[in-house]
Amino acid sequence: MSEIGVGVVPDPVAASATRGVARRLLGNPLAIGSAVVLVLIVGSAVLAPWLAPHDPNLPSATDVLAAPSDRFLLGADSSGHDILSRLLFATRVTLAAAALALVVAAVLGISAGLMAGYAGGWTETVGTWIASMLMALPGIVALLAARAVVGPSVWATMIVFGVLLSPMFYRVIYTAVSGVRQELFVDAARVAGLSDARIITRHILTVVRAPAVILAAQVATVGIGVQSGLAFLGLGDPTVPSWGGMLNDAFTSMYLAPLQILWPSLAIGTTGIALTLLSNALRDAWEGTTGPSPRRDRRGTARPSPAGRPAGVVHDEAPRDREVPPAELLGVTGLRVGYVRPDGTSRTVVDGVSLQVRRGEVHGLVGESGSGKTQTAFAIMRLLPREAQVSGRIGFDGTDLAELPERELRRLRGHRIGYIPQEPMSNLDPSFTVGSQLVEPIRLHLGLGRAPARARALDLLDRVGLPDPRRAFGSYPHEISGGMAQRVLIAGAVSCHPDLLIADEPTTALDVTVQAEVLDLLRGLQADLGMGILLVTHNFGVVADICDQVSVMRSGRIVETGPVRAIFEDPRHPYTRSLFAAVPQAGVLRDPWVMPVVGRSGPGSLPDDARPTAPVGKEPADV
Amino acid sequence: MSELLLEVDHLVVEYPLKGWRRRAFRALDDVSLDIRPGETVGLVGESGSGKTTLGRAVLGLAPVSGGAVRFGGCDLTRLPRRERRHLASRIQVVFQDPYSSLNPALTIEQILVEPLTAQRVPRAEATARVRRLLDQVQLPADAGARLPREFSGGQRQRIAIARALALRPGLVVCDEAVSALDLSTQARVLTLLQELQETTGVAYLFISHDLAVVRRLSHRVAVMHRGRIVEWGTAERVTTRPTDPYTRRLLLSVPVPDPLEQRRRREERARLVTPES
Repeated sequence: MSEIGVGVVPDPVAASATRGVARRLLGNPLAIGSAVVLVLIVGSAVLAPWLAPHDPNLPSATDVLAAPSDRFLLGADSSGHDILSRLLFATRVTLAAAALALVVAAVLGISAGLMAGYAGGWTETVGTWIASMLMALPGIVALLAARAVVGPSVWATMIVFGVLLSPMFYRVIYTAVSGVRQELFVDAARVAGLSDARIITRHILTVVRAPAVILAAQVATVGIGVQSGLAFLGLGDPTVPSWGGMLNDAFTSMYLAPLQILWPSLAIGTTGIALTLLSNALRDAWEGTTGPSPRRDRRGTARPSPAGRPAGVVHDEAPRDREVPPAELLGVTGLRVGYVRPDGTSRTVVDGVSLQVRRGEVHGLVGESGSGKTQTAFAIMRLLPREAQVSGRIGFDGTDLAELPERELRRLRGHRIGYIPQEPMSNLDPSFTVGSQLVEPIRLHLGLGRAPARARALDLLDRVGLPDPRRAFGSYPHEISGGMAQRVLIAGAVSCHPDLLIADEPTTALDVTVQAEVLDLLRGLQADLGMGILLVTHNFGVVADICDQVSVMRSGRIVETGPVRAIFEDPRHPYTRSLFAAVPQAGVLRDPWVMPVVGRSGPGSLPDDARPTAPVGKEPADV
Repeated sequence: MSELLLEVDHLVVEYPLKGWRRRAFRALDDVSLDIRPGETVGLVGESGSGKTTLGRAVLGLAPVSGGAVRFGGCDLTRLPRRERRHLASRIQVVFQDPYSSLNPALTIEQILVEPLTAQRVPRAEATARVRRLLDQVQLPADAGARLPREFSGGQRQRIAIARALALRPGLVVCDEAVSALDLSTQARVLTLLQELQETTGVAYLFISHDLAVVRRLSHRVAVMHRGRIVEWGTAERVTTRPTDPYTRRLLLSVPVPDPLEQRRRREERARLVTPES
């Protein structure tokens, strides 16, 4: 049945991508099994005239309800027809009827869905209106009404049924297409000068073909079920054999020949199950859920680390202004975080990290994506997913966080350890006002009443520099800007006067002018409250701006650590040096512009007709 | 005038707002700039300043309600769709997000061949050109048979650059093309962009929020703020002797990787901001 998925025939040029799908399908025993069953069923339907031992429509008064024998392998029905022959021919009718409904539904639904999803505007309004109306119609009632008008013809009924089913395709395709329409690769295709028809067939169909094929198998199952149901109720065409009709006939003589009900039921059940299993296998193969994605494998290789490995380059302490160094607030020793891969091996993302944050000190944790810096920060707060395997000591003001029971840890988080996330918007709950999200932890941790907690929250919003704290207090997150949201989160993080603040790329999502303001705010708060801050960032400018100490991370390890001045003036580890070298230097400018030499050509060079012909020699003027 | 490759002339872009009789949102307000062949013009601004809209208007993806975009003397905003499509091959794009800008279902070769066959380049020549392109952006030769998800962010951005160069455009709009990349990857992609410019003579409209990156690659820089260009001149002048107060504040807001210098700039910015508020 899957071969009748009209409109979703894989693009021949996408063949190599499809090859991977085919390979994954072949590796799935369920897929192979169900495909074999379907091929057998379809094959027997096609070859029915040659396979059937008897004429399916030839009644024989002497063989009514005959038991299975050499002559009638499965017996004969209440009119003396051979059941096996009838079953084979009924398969033809039922499958063809379901296919007809599927084709009608797919052609209508997919084309309308593509049009509405891609073009938008009035096609979208009309399409969605019609689809909703069709879905609101009670299907069986509409089918019965249609049958009363067009007569008992199987084909006419199934065309009507196809129309009724088309919204299923419409909705899936419309949703997929309107999502894809916003994707940048569709913009890129338009820029490349592709026509709309080409964009639809190449870029949009390839993306929506997977849901369409899966849906096709479901619709085919529904088609078989409904067609059989109608025939079973006696509403089918009595002149053509069908599974439902046979079921109806067997049902009337159930007490005389109970076995007869088995054969059509088996046919309906097996086909439906095989279709469903195959569509599930197809979905898995297309979405690649049966194997781990190769992208993840390359990050952070797992190597067992010998205990007591040197912590990279360590710079000496600079002579401090104060005589006595402040007490240690956070002391992490030998922190390791690993995850078990699906194949059983483990992947280490943090590999023996040791670092120290003292009271009133800002410690920067720098590294590129995948270096393990965020995993380190989350491990300190014990906020990693359950699968993470964490070991090492996380000393916080005399206690080991790694050993602390969850209940006591919860009391520390938000109270003595504050957290500022990277994405301000996704860290505020859209369904509560900013104020209520601030007040709740204050009441919980400090045990304040409603009014004092509210006063404190307003105070904090004022402190973090929101122009109108009262208005911000009553606003929902979508009503404030990203910079304001980050200030709100900072207010929340410091609301209970934490000793330690963990900030994970707190300014990365912000504009530079806002970033500068937020850094000023953090600096001010840190000085007022005397907090220790662990600041995760990839930006050396931010480190230079606010940090006292810095640790550089790479592949789960700290390669260099020390006071910020020492590291910026004298980076010793080659990796730190390469990072500094990659920072665009302030002094470096491009050479002045000169007109490209006409006649030089290479791949990607200007086409000759686009090249200006006038002689050039004028210096670029400042505008 | 023939010296100019692209000329944006008093451009206005407005988006209608939802709601009855509400005034349209003016994303670009009387914007003018020009790009010469083989030149990089940097476009700096914060989010919502209209810099991406300007890039999209040049690409023909934004509704132009006034002014003109002339490419090689021909006004793109008044061309019929068909001719526009043909001319479009001269202006290409590299987007910010290396993940959503490549169709996940197509192989790299299919992605790169597509714009060529769309412009009726013969199949054999297209395949040969794609191989050269992969070599130019320093990707392994067998990359063509693989799917986008097998590549890292930096490699995907190289693929996007290769796709942009496949049609031998005169201008490539780079919309935050290196912003999503790690520092060292970013440095390599910037070097690649510069090398490609020097060998092929392509011009860039380089859109970024990162002034340091813009300064590194651009010959001239335009600073956008609230849909207008507030400063426009050579990279050297705009980034060292800005005259507009917004540009000055923007420049001083960029933290530099030098603790002492950064403290000095911080204090200078504080002096600049305080009298205003």
